[in-house]
Amino acid sequence: MMDILNIFLTDSFWAASLRIASPLIFGVLGALLCERAGVLNLGIEGIFVVGAMTGWMAVWMGAGLWTGVLVAALSGALFGLFHAILTVPLGLSQHVSGLGITLFATSLASFTYRTALPQVSSPPRIEPFRALDIPVLSELPFLGPVLFQQTALTWLALLMVGVVWWVMDRTALGVAIKAVGDSPDAVNAQGLSVMKLRIGAVVAGSALMALGGAFLTMSAFDAFFFGMVNGRGWICIALVIFASWRPGKALLGALLFGMFDALQVRLQTEAGALVPGQVFLMMPYILSIIALVVVARKAEYPRALLVPWRKGQR
Amino acid sequence: MIEVVPRENVSRRWQALVPVIAAVVALLLAAIPLVAAGAPVVPAYAQMFKGVFGSVFTFTEMLTRATPLIFTGLAAAVAFRAKLWNIGGEGQLYLGALAAVWVGTGLVDGSPWLMIPLVLLAGAVAGGLGMLVPATLKTRFGADEVVTSLLLNFIILIFVQMMLEGPFKDPMGLGWPQSEPIIDNAMLPQLMDRMRLHGGFIIALVLALVAWVVMSRTVWGLKIRAVGENRAAARHAGLGVNRVYIGVALASGALAGLAGVSEVAGLKGYLTSDLSPGFGYTGIIVAMLARLNPAGVVLAALYVASVFVGADSMSRAMGVSSFLADLTVSMSLICVLLASFFASYRLRFKRAAAA
Amino acid sequence: MDKAPILSLRGLTKRFGPVLAADHIDLDLGRGEVLALLGENGAGKTTLMNMLFGQYLPDAGSVHLWDEAGRERELPQGQPQAAIDARIGMVHQHFTLAENLSVLDSVLLGTEPFWRPFRNRRPAREKLLELMESSGLRVPLEARIGDLSVGERQRVEILKALYRDVRVLVLDEPTAVLTPQEAESLFAAVRGMVDDGLSVIFISHKLREVLAFSDRIAVLRHGKKAGEMATSEADAEIIIRMMVGEDHSAPERVAGKPGEVVLRLSGVSVAPGKEMRPLREVGFTLRSGEIIGIAGVSGNGQTALARLLSGLIQPQSGTVEVAGQPRKLTPKTALRAGIGRIPEDRHQDGVVGDLSVAENLVLERLDAPDVSKAGFLRQRAIAEHARELCRDYDVRGPGIEAEAKLLSGGNIQKLILARVLENAPQIILANQPTRGLDFRAAAEVSRRLLEARARGAGVILISEDLDEVLSLADRIFVMHDGHLRETTSRDRAEIGYMMAGQTGPGAAA
Repeated sequence: MMDILNIFLTDSFWAASLRIASPLIFGVLGALLCERAGVLNLGIEGIFVVGAMTGWMAVWMGAGLWTGVLVAALSGALFGLFHAILTVPLGLSQHVSGLGITLFATSLASFTYRTALPQVSSPPRIEPFRALDIPVLSELPFLGPVLFQQTALTWLALLMVGVVWWVMDRTALGVAIKAVGDSPDAVNAQGLSVMKLRIGAVVAGSALMALGGAFLTMSAFDAFFFGMVNGRGWICIALVIFASWRPGKALLGALLFGMFDALQVRLQTEAGALVPGQVFLMMPYILSIIALVVVARKAEYPRALLVPWRKGQR
Repeated sequence: MIEVVPRENVSRRWQALVPVIAAVVALLLAAIPLVAAGAPVVPAYAQMFKGVFGSVFTFTEMLTRATPLIFTGLAAAVAFRAKLWNIGGEGQLYLGALAAVWVGTGLVDGSPWLMIPLVLLAGAVAGGLGMLVPATLKTRFGADEVVTSLLLNFIILIFVQMMLEGPFKDPMGLGWPQSEPIIDNAMLPQLMDRMRLHGGFIIALVLALVAWVVMSRTVWGLKIRAVGENRAAARHAGLGVNRVYIGVALASGALAGLAGVSEVAGLKGYLTSDLSPGFGYTGIIVAMLARLNPAGVVLAALYVASVFVGADSMSRAMGVSSFLADLTVSMSLICVLLASFFASYRLRFKRAAAA
Repeated sequence: MDKAPILSLRGLTKRFGPVLAADHIDLDLGRGEVLALLGENGAGKTTLMNMLFGQYLPDAGSVHLWDEAGRERELPQGQPQAAIDARIGMVHQHFTLAENLSVLDSVLLGTEPFWRPFRNRRPAREKLLELMESSGLRVPLEARIGDLSVGERQRVEILKALYRDVRVLVLDEPTAVLTPQEAESLFAAVRGMVDDGLSVIFISHKLREVLAFSDRIAVLRHGKKAGEMATSEADAEIIIRMMVGEDHSAPERVAGKPGEVVLRLSGVSVAPGKEMRPLREVGFTLRSGEIIGIAGVSGNGQTALARLLSGLIQPQSGTVEVAGQPRKLTPKTALRAGIGRIPEDRHQDGVVGDLSVAENLVLERLDAPDVSKAGFLRQRAIAEHARELCRDYDVRGPGIEAEAKLLSGGNIQKLILARVLENAPQIILANQPTRGLDFRAAAEVSRRLLEARARGAGVILISEDLDEVLSLADRIFVMHDGHLRETTSRDRAEIGYMMAGQTGPGAAA
């Protein structure tokens, strides 16, 4: 028991929590933007894969790390645009379109990777983002390793929480996005374009999701391999409900999740002899389901979520 | 400005053509990645065709590949009809396979007449229970079944791995995490000499027929359709919406579970954690290509299986990544979405008067 | 027209498939004028306004405007922004408000540039406070729309238009959701603004209001303008003839012959739910052979009462007795207990649009021997049954195998009537049964309800239309804030005060 309590006192545990949370922060923020505008984006899992692959490949082909991040965001935006066109002007089922995007994006990323690198047996590596190592601050006890020895992408994730919060809570654009996810008629009646707002939100949200993928290949690891996303996208879809579609709570949700994941890894080493390791591997998924069940009844879904809107429909 | 205008009087024949058009378009679009991979296009298509229709063997290989897809396609079609989004076919498949292995590796022994139904039943029950969890979370707590059924896939797969490294591990397996082989009496019979095609295919066809009859001819089918199309009205009419959800969940999960039984007791003989290359997910595509019609599921499964088997063969011959098959199949899904849209609607471009 | 022109619609035409929804309609509006636009449902009022506001592109015709200096120009078509720029505002019958925004955000939506990182809202807030002062329409600025009452939401809609300095304001059925007293104060506020130069198009089908409030009346029928006149020269008889195209006299009310009690509610309370107001200690008895009318502004517990009697929700406390037996109602047991239900939202709760007409007609009795056998549908018998019912109840559409969603609203209601009445239920719950129906379909519904009463059914009629309640009900109840009170009065004003939760003109506001 003492051992478990000790885990919470180590800085490496908290640093790991934040590291694990980082891609999820991107993903939950992305899902938040889409869903606030009224569009469920089940393409998220595939967009993670695409972001992971393209960002990594850009760097592998010689681009700078930040260029890679940009490439990942742009390719995510592209798939987001695809999903947006299918679901917003065409009004197709958001469930089916999203799953289609995930399957399409995953297979396209895998095909491209295999085609570009057919021969390799062990995946080629890139030089990923390094810990920032800010002078003085990173020397601080505890806070140093936890906060100031993270990579730039983790900081970008934290920054994005602020940006998304600012946009949603403090700008007219955010008000319009929230309105379009609640009542597109209200937005249309004011001469604003429902289509543009929704498409824009989905594209921006998808770009964020892709950054979550890019974090995996450019910060957490240094290579791309199949199956590396491993349901992280779906977890974000559960977390955004848990977060009641609020950026602050999204950060909290992702951090809680990161903590549990970091904890299970450590428990695995502590208690690995007693319980099969898989029990711990299951924990993140089980936890996501429990989180979903706990909040499900009182979750206030954006009222127009999943509802296609057509102009001038009688 | 662009207006979306519904088409009037779309004939049923035209509607029926939608998936065909989508499939053809997706196959043609596959030329793009082929070119990108540097393969000669026409020979590649020829090789794909030969890979399926080149011999009796290749053709039965395609049917063998289609078998689990019919099961998972039916699983998705039945659930989606009720708008119960069962995305957990992959996990239910593994549960079915695990149950089949549990029952079929010596827990009981008897003649094939006992063993085969028993193994099928075990797999169906296990799969059904697998979907019962998300369905109950939906009806009791209002938790979105899309996310829960998806996440369960990961949990179940890890659980299967745990079982294969634990109690289900074959002591003779040279340390590999695989189950003991299913006893001969519990194996589904081969349909043709020296071909891998097995009894699972026949069972799949029969179940497609049953599903079609249930959906179009029975009270339960009508209830399922009513719940799917308008849950509020179905509830108002006293159709017992939650019971329909639970029933559909059990049926859908059972069908996916049978896919696992069919694979493990018809083809592989033992269970490993790579039994399915995503049959559960591909089943969703099959169901959508079939526009949720159980009869159409068979045709859609044959098409998807042909793409996989043909692309595999082409891939071996020409060195193009076999992900081409996944790519083509996923493009088919998007094409069928678009095609069904354009079958019911058209876009009207109209210039707004000058401001 | 003696006033300076401000807006003119010329030859506006719109076709939806085979239906000519608007057929060369001309309409002129003068500055500082209230023009009433009358017509049955489907007469083309909404289509016309949607063309004015750029929601629909007209197939033919144009819209002309005069600016302050009296210069004429044409309004670009198909652009909502153009109408907004021209300072034409509309308050829709169904509010277009996002419930998750504050009042201030709702008003400002669409008026602020998107990309400004900081918003200075003080001037906006001050302008809005001034507007509230001058118009008398007051709402708490920081409240969430979702927490406001219907009347308050309407005020927000009007303030939204005023904030944009509209010159022309269109009010679409503004009083449908208001108590008579709320309506009065709305008219007073609008009158004040008209005196300051605002021009108003007032869409309604309530004759009394139109005669009392407008300067001029235009009547639409079947997509055409049927007539136009100064209000001072109009009377109810002429207008009704224009609207309906034939002589129309309200049916004389004949009293029913009440028999034994078929339904008794005592002390029934229901907790509030999503988009549903609570019920508080509601009690009443219903006898066979009578119609009880429940009047009230919607959103005062009618939904809860209807859902309770339909078996969709359970009471927190109190008892429901059907034919003397206490019952727990679910949709299934309600049907079995002989309660026929005509739901408020017929598209949402009444039919499954993607199932066929024939399937919808048997939806509530799938286990009956003439519908199914051993779980299998008896398709031929179902079709036969559907043909019969469609004939008897005059359900018209593309056929019994066609999807129900292809039927018009009136025919969907007839389908539901057929399904409910064929079982000769002892109790009929009719929730807003004529809402949105044209005159003829509404009359048919009323006739069927009276017929059911004559054969001995007890009918609960929930309606916002006080005239309908007065003409059909043997006893009248008023619903306000979850309370249900019976009244012996048949005086509109007195019932109106009860609808507002007051006992009479003297009670505190």
